[in-house]
Amino acid sequence: MSILRADLPLAVLAELTHRCPLQCPYCSNPQQLLSARDELSTADWKRVIDQAAELGALQIHFSGGEPMMRRDLDELVGHAHAAGLYSNLITSGVRSGRDRLTALAQSGLDHVQLSFQDTDVQSAERIGNYSGAQDKKIAFAEEVCAAGLPLTINAVVHRQNLARLGEMIELALALGAARLEIAHVQYYGWALRNRGALMPTRAQVEAATRTVDAARRRLNRRLVIDYVVPDYFARRPKACMGGWGRRFMNITPSGNVLPCHAAETLPGITFDSVMDRPLADIWRSSVAFEKYRGTAWMPEPCRSCDRREIDWGGCRCQALAITGRADDADPACELSSNHQMITTLAEAESAETSDAFSYRRYHRPTA
Amino acid sequence: MNHTGESMVPRLAVGVRLKFDEARSCWVILAPERVMIPDEIAVEIVRRCDGRSSLSAIIDELATGYDASRELIAQDVCELVAELADKGILTQ
Repeated sequence: MSILRADLPLAVLAELTHRCPLQCPYCSNPQQLLSARDELSTADWKRVIDQAAELGALQIHFSGGEPMMRRDLDELVGHAHAAGLYSNLITSGVRSGRDRLTALAQSGLDHVQLSFQDTDVQSAERIGNYSGAQDKKIAFAEEVCAAGLPLTINAVVHRQNLARLGEMIELALALGAARLEIAHVQYYGWALRNRGALMPTRAQVEAATRTVDAARRRLNRRLVIDYVVPDYFARRPKACMGGWGRRFMNITPSGNVLPCHAAETLPGITFDSVMDRPLADIWRSSVAFEKYRGTAWMPEPCRSCDRREIDWGGCRCQALAITGRADDADPACELSSNHQMITTLAEAESAETSDAFSYRRYHRPTA
Repeated sequence: MNHTGESMVPRLAVGVRLKFDEARSCWVILAPERVMIPDEIAVEIVRRCDGRSSLSAIIDELATGYDASRELIAQDVCELVAELADKGILTQ
């Protein structure tokens, strides 16, 4: 199996809306959430879907917020299917009904990713700040299977739910999932704000890795487990988004095109909108996509590193969050002169005694 | 890795598609959050994983088609099918 040629995007993440019934404190949406009136119209999304397919994208992830808040979701899924795209729905599962999933399956939806906040109901509903969510999610998983759609369970893990990782694996099996994605929180946006309440201890991270390794062996050919390791305990950075401007485009509810979810936190970069330019132009030649693409922008120690085309310098948003400079080497790398900062932060914050969350929600202007 | 015997009747798992991509002029395997480009031999194997043909039949057909030793083909086919089954791309 070879790696794909890098000049065409693999996938588009379509953030249809920021509206969501849940308020998870690690949400990847920006802290300034967009409202319904800022969202692209159905016709705009259809045009963008066609442009993505023409450009060579193979997959589209319908995400949000909660994408099921959009009444035109079926129509957009159908449009993506007709354009030849593999479509994936990333959902909290609390806004549904059997008819809706059947309709989505008939529209050509290929796959569903359903989030669970915890296996302990009280803890799960506290994390999402939504009472009654767990029963709805379990019913939703059953509806996904009844509609004949393949199911992945998404579990974001952190200090307050890692003790029940083994139960989460059992839950995914019991719900009929073929795949489980276990992702440690990545600290940008809302998660950065809640870092002290979420940061796991080193002992928890090590136990989680052992649990995943053992489950992978035990459940081979029953459950595929994808595991996203925690940057703050890493020795080398991840290739964030597979490298800036190499594989993914993230389109915000209002139509801005970003190389990653959190890119709008980077100062001094203007992001083009699908309302102003064709997607292909933005992908190939926009200032934002060119900014950190490839290796020419890299500082040392990345520039001369033999892993520069493996991790592509890691994550720009993380460099900004930790060192204050987006152009620095990702401090998750032990070769970064700032690596000690991230290690010290992780240790200090994992020992925080407060578990209180600052929930993801709209800020109402104060009088 | 689990044993992959020749009696296995492989097929693409639910949610996995094999398609020819015009933009890249090659076959691609599309799976949940994953895209793979199979090489020429892998394409020949995977497109025969239709849920009706056994591995044994697939190996026979390829050995005849490529005029190659059955033993050699069997080894390649079983290795690839085992790898893809472990990744959840193929099932039976």
